[in-house]
Amino acid sequence: MDSSSLMQYILTGLAQGGLYALIGLGFVLIYNVTGIINFVQGEFVMLGAMLAVTYERMGLPLPLVIVFAVVSVALIGAGLEVISIRPARRATPLTLIIITIGLSMAVRGIALLIWGTDPLVIPAFSGGGPIKILGGALMPQQFWILGATAVSVLGLYIFLDLTVMGKAFRACVINKMGASLMGISPRRMSTLAFALGAAVGALGGVVFAPTLASYDMGMALGVKGFVAAVLGGLTSVPGVILSGFIVGIGESFGTAFISSGYKDAISLFILLLVLLVRPQGLFGIYGGKRV
Amino acid sequence: MKKRMLMLMSVVLVFVLVFVAGCGSASTTAPTSNEKKPFVIGAVFDITGPASSLGIPEKNSAQMLVDQINKAGGINGHKVDLKILDDKSTPAEAALDIKQLIEQDHVLAVIGASTSGASMSMVPIAMDKQIPMVSAAASAAIVRPASDHKWIFKTAQPDDLVAKVVVTYLKAHNITSVAFMPVNNDFGNSGLKEFQAQAGAAGINIVTVQKFEASDTDMTAQLTKVKDAKPQAVIVWSTPPSAAYVAKSYKQLGLTMPQIQSHGIGNKSFIDVAGDAANGVIFPAGKLLAVDTLSASDPQKSVLSKYASDYQAAFPGQALSTFGGHAYDATNMVLDALKASGDNPTASSIRDQLEKISNYPGITGVFNMSPSEHNGLDTSSMVWIKIANGKWTLDQN
Repeated sequence: MDSSSLMQYILTGLAQGGLYALIGLGFVLIYNVTGIINFVQGEFVMLGAMLAVTYERMGLPLPLVIVFAVVSVALIGAGLEVISIRPARRATPLTLIIITIGLSMAVRGIALLIWGTDPLVIPAFSGGGPIKILGGALMPQQFWILGATAVSVLGLYIFLDLTVMGKAFRACVINKMGASLMGISPRRMSTLAFALGAAVGALGGVVFAPTLASYDMGMALGVKGFVAAVLGGLTSVPGVILSGFIVGIGESFGTAFISSGYKDAISLFILLLVLLVRPQGLFGIYGGKRV
Repeated sequence: MKKRMLMLMSVVLVFVLVFVAGCGSASTTAPTSNEKKPFVIGAVFDITGPASSLGIPEKNSAQMLVDQINKAGGINGHKVDLKILDDKSTPAEAALDIKQLIEQDHVLAVIGASTSGASMSMVPIAMDKQIPMVSAAASAAIVRPASDHKWIFKTAQPDDLVAKVVVTYLKAHNITSVAFMPVNNDFGNSGLKEFQAQAGAAGINIVTVQKFEASDTDMTAQLTKVKDAKPQAVIVWSTPPSAAYVAKSYKQLGLTMPQIQSHGIGNKSFIDVAGDAANGVIFPAGKLLAVDTLSASDPQKSVLSKYASDYQAAFPGQALSTFGGHAYDATNMVLDALKASGDNPTASSIRDQLEKISNYPGITGVFNMSPSEHNGLDTSSMVWIKIANGKWTLDQN
């Protein structure tokens, strides 16, 4: 194996890892505020991709396709929270997690009825051939995926650290009781968390739509995002981003040197290994507060 | 007050009487117009799940044919009742489906399934219940050896036949080293086995085998391995969408050796997903994809033209696919076997008729069945197709 092959495995892993990081980010946002592992996250990605196809076929220009798809899915995410999570908010987290599993099945079923079973795609965001980096090659669309991850992290940073609403959101994360004594509604923040998580997931789906948009894509991607989130400690934004890349690169090397059939096994194996050594995840604070 | 009640009740009574009479007359007249009981046949296709791009045109083609027969008065006055079930692209569901068709619907014959894996899981059940089954899938193992598969037939070109076509092409182009990329399921693995068996004898060296999963969307890791092995050509044995992602990653890595795909990509979904990365791909396929450029003397020309125009009239906007053709042939064969079986067809009379099929021009090729051959196609059923500008064109080389 020469260095250009090595570079290709790393680049392939980074591009795929960027998507996993983006999906994992949604898990972290929702977990931080509500304590729920949201298994609808993968379906938000699917909805983002599917709606991008629908809006693109309506003839909308690309920027509007992206914005509309992300906003629509954010509204769907908030709506799902209001109709299904909020009425059951006094239930245990386990019950709430089971509710999200049920929701994900329902969303997948509805998507099947709306869009059918054929895999769909939209044209790549920018044309042109592969871009060479140190002997490896990436398609322009894969830079869009990495760019979307960067934009999401930056956007969340600005929102959480520099706006009043973002500060209220963080207050809920740090101490729910304290926050509600200060007049912040944890209920409203839970809805906001679902909207944000859905928006981030949808953005991942939109940038992935030139590769694949299919009603059943959500589950597999959701599992990868979940692994990235847990690996990163479930609460840390830098943790989930780094973990996403670790999972992506691990998969890419596993495909090259073992078999792509073990791809899922490899990411779960990485997860098990890390959790055995550091049960709190790579970046989790053991028994500490959720930040 | 009482009077009014009485009137109201009598009005209601009249309505009820008229309604009952109406129902009665409807239910007594219906059977007289069609005294003969319908012939029930079953079908199992991969209508949802990863193989839906195969299963949907198959379902449409089978249903279209049965509707045409019923519109024309059925078979000897018997309507045909086609029960179609979806196996969700999984072998386990396919086994349940064929059991349901045989045990609950008492079908005379079963068509399907779409993929080799699903068909293989149906074979032991059809054999056990002694019901003829006509598969639309590729793997040769579904019907071979015919002595152990008395009740099983299939219409798609078997992979050993396609492997032979590919090996012949490689020899004609002096290609002696290839990389082989099968999808990791029954279709890909069976293709790999058949190709390995024939390549060795032809002096073709397989320098690397790189498998991928049907659900994978990025094949750059496998293709980087292929690139390092420096073959003269790459052979891909898969179905869309995964086959299309190989083409996409191929373009990403800028590979320039010929990319030969299998007959598994004979539907529009491959070109839709691969986009301009599909251009330049060549693959062997049934003649349907090149129906417009076929010479008038071809024995399949008229049946191909009829299928193409019927399908596009019945399902406007849906592209033709060779898979629909496989199911069309299977359904046609079962219907013809029913026609030849008289007023009381049985599972075994249909089976015997299927085995007698000879010189039978279908969509997939000209079939010649026999007790030792339950597919009956030869290499003349395939042509080479090249994708150029997102369209299928006949490759004369």
